[in-house]
Formats: sequence, C-alpha cells, structure tokens
Amino acid sequence: MHGNILRGDAPMTNICFYFQVHQPFRLRKYSLFDIGQNSNYFDDKKNKEIMEKIAKKCYLPTNKILLDLMKKYEGRFKIAFSITGTALEQFSMYAPEVLQSFKKMSDTGCVEFLSETYYHSLSALFDKKEFTQQIQQHTKAMKELFGQKPTVFRNTELIFNNEIAKHIEEMGYKAILAEGADHVLGWRSPNFVYKPKTTKGMKLFLKNYRLSDDIAFRFGNKNWESYPLTPKKYADWISPIMGDTINLFMDYETFGEHQWEDTGIFNFLKQLPYEVFKRKLGFQTPSEMISVQPKDQLDIHNPISWADLERDLSAWLGNKMQWSAMQRIYSMKNSVYESKDEFLIDAWRKLTTSDHFYYMCTKWFNDGDVHKYFNPYDSPYDSFITFMNVLNDIAFRLKIETKQNTQLQTTNKWIKI
Amino acid sequence: MNILMFGWEFPPFKTGGLGTACHGLTKGLSRNGAKVTFVMPIAPEGAQSNFVKILGADKFAKKIKIHKINSLLTPYMTSESYETKYNSLNASGKQEVYGKNLYEEVQRFSATSGMIAKQEKHDLIHVHDWMTYQAGINAKKISGKPLIVHIHATEFDRTGGNPNNTISNIEYNGLKEADLVIANSNFTKQNVIQHYKIKPDKIKVVHWGIDETNYGEKYKSPMTQKDKIVLFLGRVTIQKGPDYFIEVAKKVSDNYPNVKFIVAGEGDMLPRMIARSAELGISHKIVFTGFLQGQDVYKAFQTADLYVMPSVSEPFGLVALEALKNNTPILISKQSGVSEVINNALKTDFWDINEMTNKIVNVLKYDELREELRENGSKEVQKFNLDTPAKKCMAIYCEAMHQ
Repeated sequence: MHGNILRGDAPMTNICFYFQVHQPFRLRKYSLFDIGQNSNYFDDKKNKEIMEKIAKKCYLPTNKILLDLMKKYEGRFKIAFSITGTALEQFSMYAPEVLQSFKKMSDTGCVEFLSETYYHSLSALFDKKEFTQQIQQHTKAMKELFGQKPTVFRNTELIFNNEIAKHIEEMGYKAILAEGADHVLGWRSPNFVYKPKTTKGMKLFLKNYRLSDDIAFRFGNKNWESYPLTPKKYADWISPIMGDTINLFMDYETFGEHQWEDTGIFNFLKQLPYEVFKRKLGFQTPSEMISVQPKDQLDIHNPISWADLERDLSAWLGNKMQWSAMQRIYSMKNSVYESKDEFLIDAWRKLTTSDHFYYMCTKWFNDGDVHKYFNPYDSPYDSFITFMNVLNDIAFRLKIETKQNTQLQTTNKWIKI
Repeated sequence: MNILMFGWEFPPFKTGGLGTACHGLTKGLSRNGAKVTFVMPIAPEGAQSNFVKILGADKFAKKIKIHKINSLLTPYMTSESYETKYNSLNASGKQEVYGKNLYEEVQRFSATSGMIAKQEKHDLIHVHDWMTYQAGINAKKISGKPLIVHIHATEFDRTGGNPNNTISNIEYNGLKEADLVIANSNFTKQNVIQHYKIKPDKIKVVHWGIDETNYGEKYKSPMTQKDKIVLFLGRVTIQKGPDYFIEVAKKVSDNYPNVKFIVAGEGDMLPRMIARSAELGISHKIVFTGFLQGQDVYKAFQTADLYVMPSVSEPFGLVALEALKNNTPILISKQSGVSEVINNALKTDFWDINEMTNKIVNVLKYDELREELRENGSKEVQKFNLDTPAKKCMAIYCEAMHQ
C-alpha cells in the first residue's frame, strides 16, 4: 500500500528512527515603547510553562519508554536524536530532569546524536560562516553533554540542496538527511541510500514521508481508513519493503503532544519493537548506514524541506515580511559580533531560530489556519511587528541604523522565493 | 416569499452603516427570490430601487390623522440630540411639523404599521433595530405573521454602556416578542444574552456581507506625497471611540513624524475632539472632513495607508469590509463583530492606546507589512458577498414560518 516493491528472500530492511527535539526561545510582547527602555526580549514565563507542559506530556514519558526498550532489547533497539541548543538550554533552565533522562538513554549506547545548527536557524541559506559556527557550537554541546561527536548532519527543517550537501561534506560529515520529496525522487524509492551529486562520496538518507506521517500526523485520526494503527499492522506494512532502510523521521513531540496519550501512541511505541523483531526486521541508526553503496545520485538544486505539502522554503520565506525580517537580521550580524556584547550576540543568535519566521507565515491564514503549534501570536502581522521591534532595540544598543530596503546579502545566489 | 420589512434609512439617504446593511440585505434577498416591501418613516424622493418596493410611512400617517410625518427620526439619534434638532427647528419656525420628542416619533411610526400590514401582502415581518420594533409588534398583531427582530446594535453598544432606560425597554420588548432574533455577530448575540437574558437558541447569527462591486482606480491624494495617512471613518460618537483615536494620533506623531490623520464623520463628540487635538498640539496633523458619502468615502479609504476602527463596542463594523474592498489595510478593535470574521487585520483592545500606537507605527514604517496586510486582506474580503447573508436569512424565515 505504500508503493514499495515486493521482494523475494533478500535481507530484510531495517528501520531508522530519527526524532527531532526542538523548542525555540519565544519572544514576549515587545512593543515600540520597549525599544531603548529594556532588552527583555524573551518570554521566560511562557517558555517555562510550555517546556514544563511538554516535558510532562512528551519528553519524560517517552524517554522512559525508550529507555526501557533499550534495556529490554539489549542493544538491538536503537534510535537517533537531533536536539537543538535552544531546547538543551531550556531543559537546563526549566526541566533539568529531561536532560538527565536523555543522558541516561545515551549511556545505554543505543542512541546516536545528529549534528545541526545550535539555534535551529536558516543560516545555511544566508550566511555560510554563521552556519558553520552554529554547527560547531552544537557539536561542542553534544560532546560535553553526551560525549559524542556527531558524524551525520541534518539541517533545520531538513532543508537541503546540492550546495548545502557540498558544504557539509567539506566540514567532514559522512552523511546528511533530507526529505524524500516526490518531486526530487520521481520514480525512485526513499528506501535506498543515495549520493548528492555535488559531493565526492557523501551519503544521503531520505525520509519515507508516508510511513513517517502515518505515525506523526495520521495516527490519532479517526477518519483515516487505517485507523486504528496497531503495531502489528504497521510492522506488516514494513516487512515486505525492499531497500536499504526505512527512514522514519519525525518531531519527537509527536509522542504525547501532537498525538495525545489517549490516542494510544505510547502503547504503539512500546509494542512496535516486538512486532518488528518478530518479523526478523531490526533497527539501525544513520551512522551505521554510511558504508552502504548508494543506489544513485540526486541532483537537487532548489532547496527542499520537510514542511507542508510544498516541501519547500515557503513556510519561512513565503512573503515579504519574512524576507524583510530575514534580510535585516543577517545585515546586522557583523555589527552584533563587533560589539563583543555577549548578551546581544546570544540574543541575536536566538533570533535566527526558524520558528520566528514560521510565525510570520501567511500561507493559510486566510482560512484562519495558522501555524498553530505553540504559536504565541494572534497573527503573522503581530509576529513581524514584535520581531522588528526587538531588532530595532538591538540596533539601538549597537547605535546603528537598520536600513530600510537594503538588499539581502546572501552568499548563495540560488535562493529564490 | 413576501417580506414586510420596517427600517429607517435606505441609500442614498443614510447617516450610517445601517442603510448600507439594509440595502445589501434587500438586494441579496431579492436575488434569492424574496419580495421585499421596505417601510421607512419617510420615503424621500429618489429613494427608489429596482429590487425592493419602498414605502414611506408618512403616506399612511395622513390617514391616521397626524398632519405630517416629516419625521425627525434618524437611526443614531439619542434623545438629547433629538431635542437639540427639535429646538433648532423650533427657532426657525417649523416646530408644528414635528412631534415633541423622539419617542412620540417612534410611536407615530409604529401607529402606521398596522394599516400597512393590512394593506401589504406578506408572509413574514422583519424589523431593524429598536425604533422599528414596536411597528413590527403592531404589524404582527394585525396579520399574525411571524416576527423577525434584527439587532444591529444594542442600546449598550450605542451608549458605551450607559443605556437610556426607555430605549432599552423598547429593545427588550422587541426581542421578547420576536419569533426569532437575528444578531449580526456573536459579539452582538452575547450582548443580547447578557443584557436582555434572551434564550441563546432563539438568536441566530448572520454576519454581514458586502456588495461584490469592485472599486475603481486608486485615488491619489496630494496629501500622500509627503506623509503617511491614518484614517478614522465613522460617526464621531462614544460608541466609535474617536477619543482613543485622537490620543493615539498624538502618540503616533511623536514616534513617526511624517504622518497625517483624517477624521471623517460627524457626531456629538466632534467639537470635543477638535478641542482635544488642539490641546495635544496636533491640530495641524488632523483633518476633520465632516460627513462623507458616495465616492468621497472611497477616496478617503484610498488615500489612507491604514484605516483604524477603535470602536468601544461595534456590533459588526461593515465599514471595515469597505476599507478592505478599497485595498486599505485595517486595524480594528477586538470589541467588534467584524473581528470574528476577518483574519488579515491588526486587532487590539479599543482602550489599549500603546498597543494601537505600536501597530500603527510599524505599519507606517514597514512597506512589507502594509503590503502583506493589503494583499491578504483584500483577498480575504472577496469571500464576502450579499448572497450568503441573504440565504441565511431565508433559512431563518423558513424556520420561523414552520415553528
């Protein structure tokens, strides 16, 4: 049913689970009248509340389930995480027990941590130097907290193209993750390993979005033809699939937050490994697939992402407000760094987080369908106003003018709206 | 289906949004097969229409031995402003023409309705706001047909929470006697429930629509060469929050010097607003245009970079849709019905002067914000038309007739 090829008695295909863990530093209601008066940009109260809520509903119970599974299956059940720096900082501040439980899981040796930008930013598109720095900062955090140096990279929102792949290979990574978007795969299957055309020998692992979304989006939907999704049914779908891997990539908040506990998502997770092993399938992490021979090379010029149906950049760069905000923040970078003001540098970096631009998206706002998930704003316009006020305060502190209508300085000529 | 409708104004003779609303509704109803007879206190010359039969109650008033019915009724008149108008007419020697106070005028209008109900064939009676409610009740007594009471604004909205008891009693009677009530927003419905304890399931919500006509070329005012323009357009009365607008104008000017403000409209608060802007030292920043109609309204919208509706209590706010139709971005108070149905707008509490200033200054400062609001707002307003509210009303008529 998932358009995959049936095969004879070739070796079974393993599952590769990767979960994204991210929380942004949301801004407080920062008005025109705050500019030059105070620099309290972030909504500590709201960020704390949201972190505590998700810790209780998702991070703690799911970590416990996964830890139990890792212990039970003695090294056979393994997963990959990518945890952003902004999430890690908020764990330390508001939910230290979550960080502890990640460490405990990491101690089993069954967890691989992936590399990404510390601030979950779109810097890959606008500023290679900043991009590199944010990746290095993240790697440092992974080493310090979990004692691992990541070898596989995933970019914010799985944003990917030839240029990014090339840059990441030059940084020494062996593999990169991306969305298995139909328009780049064509007739190909996402269940094989590929090579980005612009790289020497890098591996490309593509998300199987149908099987991933069955869990992440459709699991609790009572109108879905396959509802209720049982571990047995899901394992039956997977077992005949031919390929190198079945890449199930999703937000970690799927468990308990996007899909509430009453959908049965926790029981599904608990029982899935049993059904998988029963069918002589297994689990693998991205770095274990580095040695696999690529089936083909993919030439991906226009950036793809895992967002929305479009699977492009339009969720963050789909309108003039988003472009303008992006343009202004990166045009301030040099002044911010030159100031050597640690508070401003840290604040500026936290403002590069993709969520701030996501909140400005007007794509579905006509239908009242906002990008709703913990969106602190009533409208994309409010989001833009708050963001620009904050940038204006930073500019005020730096004694610089934020120029109107300056051209966006980007090192990458291939970016188009 | 024949509808006997009582209202009090109809374009081109109107003082506010209610005439526009009645015009749109009757137009929509006629397109959907209803035959509407629209009764108003006086049918002025020229108040004719090809889709509705317009009757002036004054013609009938003669038969009930009231000499003339050159009524002083205008929809937004308070008892005090009626007296002012009466006295000024008194001074010019025309006093014998009019009744002594507003309530007498309402009674006079109501007294004709029985006769009209006898003469005009109808299946249902539909009345608009308190001044017509008694007329509706009387008509129902004669014909026994179902009565639909439409509430466009409660006395609490009009007076900023200090209702006139006589008027709120009339309003209450109408709502009580009605077979079904139509409110123009959930905001209004909640007000009716809260103030008059009417059962929620008797009240149906029909949001207003707007004519599908497209407006012409963008008007270019010489005002826009140097400055950005912020517009207030509506009655200058407590309900519409003009006082908040003037305070905001001061704060915006302090933060964004190249700006001018237009206050378009008349009302009892106008002298105070002019005085207040002088007090704040911003007289040179504000243009008071007086009452605008027709093309001048469109020109005002098209001149503006932003339309602001700071209403204290706005049952619907059709004018906000008109602004969007003219490609003008809008900032509307959360205390409005229209804020329920428009997403692509800036919204604040009417009292939050700082937040209004914050939003206005950013709109003036950033072209991209204005353009996104304009583009998405004018796209969103396309989904409004006259058929949707008319069809909803027809369904409500059917429900009332089968009760």
